[in-house]
Amino acid sequence: MPAPVLPAESSARLTDAQPQPVIVFEDVAISFEGSPVLDGISFSLERGETKALLGVAGSGKSTILKLTMGLLQPDRGNIWVLGQEVSAMKEEDLFELRRRIGMVFQESALFDSLTVRDNVAYRLIEEDVPEDKVQKRVEEALRFVELEHTLNMLPSELSGGMRRRVAIARAIVDQPEIVLYDSPTGGLDPVTSTTIIELIVKQRDVYHNSSLLVSHRLQDAFTMATHYFDRNQNRMVPVNGAHIDTRTSFLVLRDGKVIFDGSAHDLATNRDEYIREYIS
Amino acid sequence: MELISPTDWTKNFVLAVQEWTNLAARSIANVFRQPRYVADTLQQADLIGVGSLPIVVLTGFFTGGVLALNAARTLEQYGSLSLTGQLVSISMVRELGPTLAGLMVAGRNASGMASELGSMKVTEQIDAMRALGTDPSKKLVTPRVVATIIMLFFLTIICDFFGLTGGFAVSQLGLHLDAHQYWSNAYQSLEFGDVIIGLIKPLLFGFLVATIGCYYGLTSRGGTQGVGRATTQAVVAASILILAVNYFASQLLLYLLK
Repeated sequence: MPAPVLPAESSARLTDAQPQPVIVFEDVAISFEGSPVLDGISFSLERGETKALLGVAGSGKSTILKLTMGLLQPDRGNIWVLGQEVSAMKEEDLFELRRRIGMVFQESALFDSLTVRDNVAYRLIEEDVPEDKVQKRVEEALRFVELEHTLNMLPSELSGGMRRRVAIARAIVDQPEIVLYDSPTGGLDPVTSTTIIELIVKQRDVYHNSSLLVSHRLQDAFTMATHYFDRNQNRMVPVNGAHIDTRTSFLVLRDGKVIFDGSAHDLATNRDEYIREYIS
Repeated sequence: MELISPTDWTKNFVLAVQEWTNLAARSIANVFRQPRYVADTLQQADLIGVGSLPIVVLTGFFTGGVLALNAARTLEQYGSLSLTGQLVSISMVRELGPTLAGLMVAGRNASGMASELGSMKVTEQIDAMRALGTDPSKKLVTPRVVATIIMLFFLTIICDFFGLTGGFAVSQLGLHLDAHQYWSNAYQSLEFGDVIIGLIKPLLFGFLVATIGCYYGLTSRGGTQGVGRATTQAVVAASILILAVNYFASQLLLYLLK
């Protein structure tokens, strides 16, 4: 869809926003069947910031997203999301908070018995939004991911890349304050992966929500840090010296611990042997 | 095959009972909480009730028939062939109707619930539902529990009726008993307590079938193999519990209605 018209100072807004943590992890630990997955993780995500979570498979990246959503509870530590301590909340109390967060699951996790329209509209229908508004917002969200023609199709009739795009539309239909992406390009070909990353950059630069992005593909994270969405060209373009801060940072995990938390430049110039090997 | 120590087995068993109890309690408490998923409940009622009708009718009919056939051999020795209706009636209404309808619904629907919810669980659809702000116990479990309880109640009545019809068919065609004698004998032998016992049991069985099917589905792990395992376990657990609860419920209800 053509991106909504931004005010002239839009790119400045990316840099001028007051830093306010929307997600705070403090000494968080969790283990599954006796094996520690996260061991004393601490980091924060500022409002409007995008943080790419990197690490080898099994390093706990997806677990961080599920802890943020309150889908898992930590064994130790505290997690605050949008000012509420999710690590101390009951399941019934979490549903309200989760409505302010969108999540794109690793394998899309679309409801296979519902059409694309009903999948994207799910949250709105649950909130008893009037039918005409539901239709309008679903069409907008699907236009955003350029899949408006799939409205009445079932998830099984879509390709892997299309399912990811529908999952993104479902996550952003309500314009949540935070969007969590769990390996949105995992298992996709390079061209489709770039399309997905472009959508995430577009979402970041058009709606300015905060996000955590789990990725196995380092190039995806670097693309996000070095590109912005140009509304005039309606596509993602490199920053290339323009005074635009993409507000994208990196967090690298190893053996359940954070070994790096910083900018793309800091990551690229880091001297740590493991990180150098990881990014090479 | 991995061996498991008795201590671990006991811990796992106690944990499973605790989790099932929690799920079962929430499924009932949700009936009194918003939001209520009426459309989902009606859809489940159609799937469970209408879908199970043919097997319940056939099971009831042939069980009533074979009951009459076997009873006649014994009753004939005492010159009491006319009591066939009474024997079929009491057996069907008090024991066989609820139990057989329960077992049929367990076989068909506990497995269906476990496989459907299990597939949703392993493909992260349950997590997606929670992430979208919906309580799966309200959206998925309570409609199934309510629908199963209500539909099994009516399916049991239908099973009882077709059991009596099966018994009548055998009495009429095989034993050449008088139709009026069979039906009046079947009707008059039933006491208020028999009917009450026969109608309370399906409520218990419906609750067990649905909560066990949902429990195994929602706790399934390990991909498609795990879903298959959950489905089998759900049917086995639901069937055994129906038979065990039938015995204890009969004891209790017979004592209370004495």
